[in-house]
Amino acid sequence: MAGILDFSPDDRCNAFITACTGAAFGDGALAGIAVAINDNISTAGIQTTCASRILEGYIPPYDAHAVELLKQEGAAIVGKTNMDEFGMGSTTGTSAFGPTRNPIDPERVPGGSSGGSAAAVAAGLVPMALGTDADGSIRCPAAFCGIVGLKPTYGRVSRYGLIAHAGSLEQIGPMARTVEDVSRLISVITRYDPRDSMMLDQPYSHRPSADVSDLKIGIPTEYFGEGVDMRIATTVRDAIDVLEGLGAETTPVSIPSVRYAPAACCVICASEVSSNLARFDGVRYGPAVDTRKPWHEAYREVRQANLGPEARLRIMLGTLTLSAGYAGKYYAKALAARQRITRDFERVFCDVDVIAGPTTPTVAFRPGEKVSPLSIAGTLTAPANLAGIPAISVPCGDVDGLPVGLQVMGRRFEDERVIDVAYAYEQEVRS
Amino acid sequence: MITEKDIEHIAGLADIGISNDEVPEFTHQLNAILEYLGILDTVEDESTPASGTANVFREDEPRPSLPQEAVLANAGSTEDGFIKAPRVM
Repeated sequence: MAGILDFSPDDRCNAFITACTGAAFGDGALAGIAVAINDNISTAGIQTTCASRILEGYIPPYDAHAVELLKQEGAAIVGKTNMDEFGMGSTTGTSAFGPTRNPIDPERVPGGSSGGSAAAVAAGLVPMALGTDADGSIRCPAAFCGIVGLKPTYGRVSRYGLIAHAGSLEQIGPMARTVEDVSRLISVITRYDPRDSMMLDQPYSHRPSADVSDLKIGIPTEYFGEGVDMRIATTVRDAIDVLEGLGAETTPVSIPSVRYAPAACCVICASEVSSNLARFDGVRYGPAVDTRKPWHEAYREVRQANLGPEARLRIMLGTLTLSAGYAGKYYAKALAARQRITRDFERVFCDVDVIAGPTTPTVAFRPGEKVSPLSIAGTLTAPANLAGIPAISVPCGDVDGLPVGLQVMGRRFEDERVIDVAYAYEQEVRS
Repeated sequence: MITEKDIEHIAGLADIGISNDEVPEFTHQLNAILEYLGILDTVEDESTPASGTANVFREDEPRPSLPQEAVLANAGSTEDGFIKAPRVM
């Protein structure tokens, strides 16, 4: 079986930056399945922009490892999905190609940064998509759009060909309408790749099991307290009750250091961004720099014209947090917080198998409602990135007609277990 | 507190380019973020280093790489098989 998939989506949500009308596919585990790819993941011959003008027109000469694997298993790469510029945001509103709308309610944001992938899946344009997650960018839009999204364990999926913005936190991960499809997609993209030096050879080959008897679930008080919409807390608590009904045991736990997570994640992301985005200067790719001008003047001109205000703000923040006189106050402290968070999770995972709570503190909001320069949407998701642990978001009901996500976090390299827990919940409420 | 002069200095270090009318807004936004980041002041440093990690080495061997045309294809300006950059002196 091989052929060309005719893909012409009715893209009312502006989920795609680039759609490939004729997408080739082949034989394999994903034969003929349309898969959308977040636009910060390199696709040979298909424009890849990171939703930024600074990469407009850039055609990667090679595929990311994850894309290579999808093609090997017969998937049809049907397009590149919208996102916050370089992954910085939680609304998909900072894209240079216009915001994506939430298919559940077009007046609301789809979440972000992988909002295009979430919207494409939720609107039924594709059954599955790849997103990327450095502080919640798969799980937040999955929760807001009512789909399933997994941030794998750090080191489980090769980052080769993922255009880096915060490489120490970010993973490529699967997004789909069902846990089973998330499991199918992750099983294809975890094959070992020596080109990502942070990767471990731990391929995922697992079929989801709905057996959660004898499972110990930790309920962190910090995930149900201040800042979390009471109705979301109640909805998620009800979902955990469903798991209890299936034989799981729950126990309250405390992870006090998660209060540092949004700030630590913000500093580490910005610091890495200030370094990673230095390469976008119009020399090797993107809109051409004026080579007749002196270099500083030429680079400033092309970067000012082609990087959005949010990207420029974060670059400045990261430049500051790494500079002499400030690095000890911000970057070193953020790394210390990261270590505390990692240890707190390790301690809790001595007593419980997984930790469950809400994915986001609110449901999808309207553009402009969150005026804070920091994404508060990452409050409950960033801890998993800092600790490098797997975390899945699965739809678990709604508040005022808007989807709510149940987040399940697990020990490092126990992605299988968080998938099983999400699957058990999903199968129980569907039947 | 970060001043407008600091912002101009940082923008210069980062080569991002900033116009005069952007300076007040960026100063305001950055100060709001820094105020929020104040929570990190209360993090106690642990002196023990992270454990459980190990370096993974590979042999330094030549491997296939992209053909020259593919590397140059996205560059805005090329000459004699090289990528052209702004002058540095």
